[in-house]
Amino acid sequence: MLTMNLEGLEMIAVLMLVVLFVKALGWFGLLEAGYDSVEDELELSTVRHRPEGLEQLEARTRFSRKELQILYRGFKNECPSGIVNEETFKDIYAQFFPQGESSTYAHFLFNAFDTDHNGSLSFEDFVMGLSILLRGTIQEKLNWAFNLYDINKDGYITKEEMLDIMKAIYDMMGKCTYPILKEDTPRQHVEVFFQKMDKNKDGVVTIDEFIDCCQNDENIMRSMHLFENVL
Amino acid sequence: MATGVAAWLPFARAAAIGWMPVANSPMPVAPMDHSKRQDELIMLNVSGHRFQTWRTTLDRYPDTLLGSSEKDFFYNAETKEYFFDRDPEAFRSILNFYRTGKLHYPRNQCISAYDEELIFFGIIPEIIGDCCYEEYKDRKRENLERLQDDQEENRDTKPPNMSVREAMWRAFENPHTSTMALVFYYVTGFFIAISVITNVVETVPCGSTGNQKDMPCGERYTVAFFCMDTACVMIFTVEYLMRLFAAPSRYRFMRSVMSIIDVVAILPYYIGLVMTDNEDVSGAFVTLRVFRVFRIFKFSRHSQGLRILGYTLKSCASELGFLLFSLTMAIIIFATVMFYAEKGSSSSKFTSIPASFWYTIVTMTTLGYGDMVPKTIAGKIFGSICSLSGVLVIALPVPVIVSNFSRIYHQNQRADKRRAQKKARLARIRISKSGSANAFLHSKRNGLLNELLELTDTEEDEQKLTKCTSLLESQHHHLLNCLEKTTAHVFVDEQMYQQNCLETALQTCPSRSPSISTHDSSAGSCCGCRAKRNAPLPSGRPVPTHTQGPLQELSALHIQSHTASRSNLNRKAEESGRLNSKGGRITTAIISLPSPPDLTPDSDSLRRPPQRRQPADPAASSAGINIIRVSAL
Repeated sequence: MLTMNLEGLEMIAVLMLVVLFVKALGWFGLLEAGYDSVEDELELSTVRHRPEGLEQLEARTRFSRKELQILYRGFKNECPSGIVNEETFKDIYAQFFPQGESSTYAHFLFNAFDTDHNGSLSFEDFVMGLSILLRGTIQEKLNWAFNLYDINKDGYITKEEMLDIMKAIYDMMGKCTYPILKEDTPRQHVEVFFQKMDKNKDGVVTIDEFIDCCQNDENIMRSMHLFENVL
Repeated sequence: MATGVAAWLPFARAAAIGWMPVANSPMPVAPMDHSKRQDELIMLNVSGHRFQTWRTTLDRYPDTLLGSSEKDFFYNAETKEYFFDRDPEAFRSILNFYRTGKLHYPRNQCISAYDEELIFFGIIPEIIGDCCYEEYKDRKRENLERLQDDQEENRDTKPPNMSVREAMWRAFENPHTSTMALVFYYVTGFFIAISVITNVVETVPCGSTGNQKDMPCGERYTVAFFCMDTACVMIFTVEYLMRLFAAPSRYRFMRSVMSIIDVVAILPYYIGLVMTDNEDVSGAFVTLRVFRVFRIFKFSRHSQGLRILGYTLKSCASELGFLLFSLTMAIIIFATVMFYAEKGSSSSKFTSIPASFWYTIVTMTTLGYGDMVPKTIAGKIFGSICSLSGVLVIALPVPVIVSNFSRIYHQNQRADKRRAQKKARLARIRISKSGSANAFLHSKRNGLLNELLELTDTEEDEQKLTKCTSLLESQHHHLLNCLEKTTAHVFVDEQMYQQNCLETALQTCPSRSPSISTHDSSAGSCCGCRAKRNAPLPSGRPVPTHTQGPLQELSALHIQSHTASRSNLNRKAEESGRLNSKGGRITTAIISLPSPPDLTPDSDSLRRPPQRRQPADPAASSAGINIIRVSAL
């Protein structure tokens, strides 16, 4: 009854006091409740990576010493810690395509460059990829392109994979194009591609089909000159 | 443009491999890089500090000085570096901008110096990174405020031709500009004080008048107080109407706070006049009398401290709002708790939650009147928690308000100090500047003396007057001379100018000679440069300062410096005609005009020419009438 009510409130009051007291003790450091400070975790996250020596890189890639120097300076400027994670990669790539949405394609590129699949791109990965693309043989370049298209790296390009890639490429164009981009355009483009590439019409493109077809395609061969004077 | 990541462009181009197999048409031809320039180091020499960077680093931002071909103007071919005569400290952050793409503002730099450097190097300040942008903007705003303050001070100088209305408004806003305004200011202040005191004294109980108990003075001396009130209100009304008339934008004036205060101060009186002693409205009438106390806010025109306080409260509105809100929350919580805690105890004053509000407020603000106290244990515990938390909640926003007030107050103090120091500063600056302006005149004098002494072959003073002026100075003086020759006017110093202004203002100037002589213009307006006239007076005579004719005299200084030469001339006048003519030439050099004889007679001027003509005859005739001849300086 009335006394019960009062006792109830009294209990609450006393409880509150006790809780406050304990908390005060905790703040003054007298009671270690085993709190982990968040700052410790932050320390571990900054990773520094130093690339291999210049001589080794020179041996493994087809770049000259000077070219490697220039490449590394540009690389390190953007990524002082020595490795690129996907976010930074996407940011950098987006600066070249301000009008469109390049993050999907950048994601695929990142996976293609990141040969050891550890989620970050070191300078070696970067420069090996560039070496193949800029100084490699036609075969190597086409191989690399196939690797890019094959999202799950199973050796076959399916229509879905190709559609993803195509959509990513069209996304980079953005909205303001002429003629206006229609919903269907990527799919149609994929159909054309498959008609060209898929010789045995089994719905997937293998690496041999791909390389064969590209080598016989005049347009593609002519476009390879794109990589001649890049660096 | 992706200039910041230009180094990654090769990568982006290589990544285009992904597009080629799917493209239906061949790719366009890539641009050839003909100038296969190797990346080279550029040396930047900034006031002796050498900075080096790659060319490509600078090329990242092609619309700045360093990134464009504009820097070629600063290229020093001998040392193969780019030399900039600027501040190396500021340059460091500018070069870092090229390197990292982020511009930082160093805190110890003066804001205007930094701005100038940015403008020089063609970098817009908006690029400053987020880390430093706030600081930059704050300092820039402070600087602007300071400049605006100074400009406002300059506006105190009275522009000519103000209408009555503008003059009145200016007098109202800045009482120290004229005596009338000052008088008005003090009179209104006095009446405000009187009014407030009257209101206060009205309610004080005066002595009892025998049979009645103590009455407040207001009821005892009704007439006197009424007269006093009327007088004050009349003054306020007149003042308000005058302000309203003088305001440049009446609508804005009527919306301003001060005018609302004015209106609120005088309205109760008029309403009281209108309303009779009607029982229904007498309650409202009493309320209206309360508003009379707002007259005290009229003092804020007179006191800057009050204005600052008001401004502070306005600028801390959000903190005050937060304070109020958190207090309200706490009050409600604790009032509820206390009510339920004290519900059981008998004869408890906590009759309802709103009744508990009073207890909570009194406790949280640590007043503790003691008219309501909890009796139960729970009530006491919660009561103590309430008072502890009250201290905290109130103490939190108060320092923000205090610091705001302190900042604004100090700002104002600094403005006042600057204003006080300004006059002295300006006077000192003017003195030092006039020194350089007079350099030209001094050098002219010195040059003339030099020539004179050379002619007269006196050796003694030559060393004193050898030309110690630098090449720069002499070229500058030559330039000023050319100007003098072009415009047929001569530079004079401040004293002379003031003198001449006074003279021409005082005297009606009849001389209307058709010549190019400058005394025309000076007669017309006091502002043209006039030619000086050499005092052809006998050496000892000092220059009469205020009794000149239209022709002006050299200043006393000039005369004294020439007395020696004058006497020389006079002495040597007979010796050789050549010398004479030279002297004559020099005589007319400084001067300009012999007054033409067709000038309306002014006794001085008539008297002087004959005297002057004596040594200068050969020259005077050739000098024609009103030609100004400049010496061979």
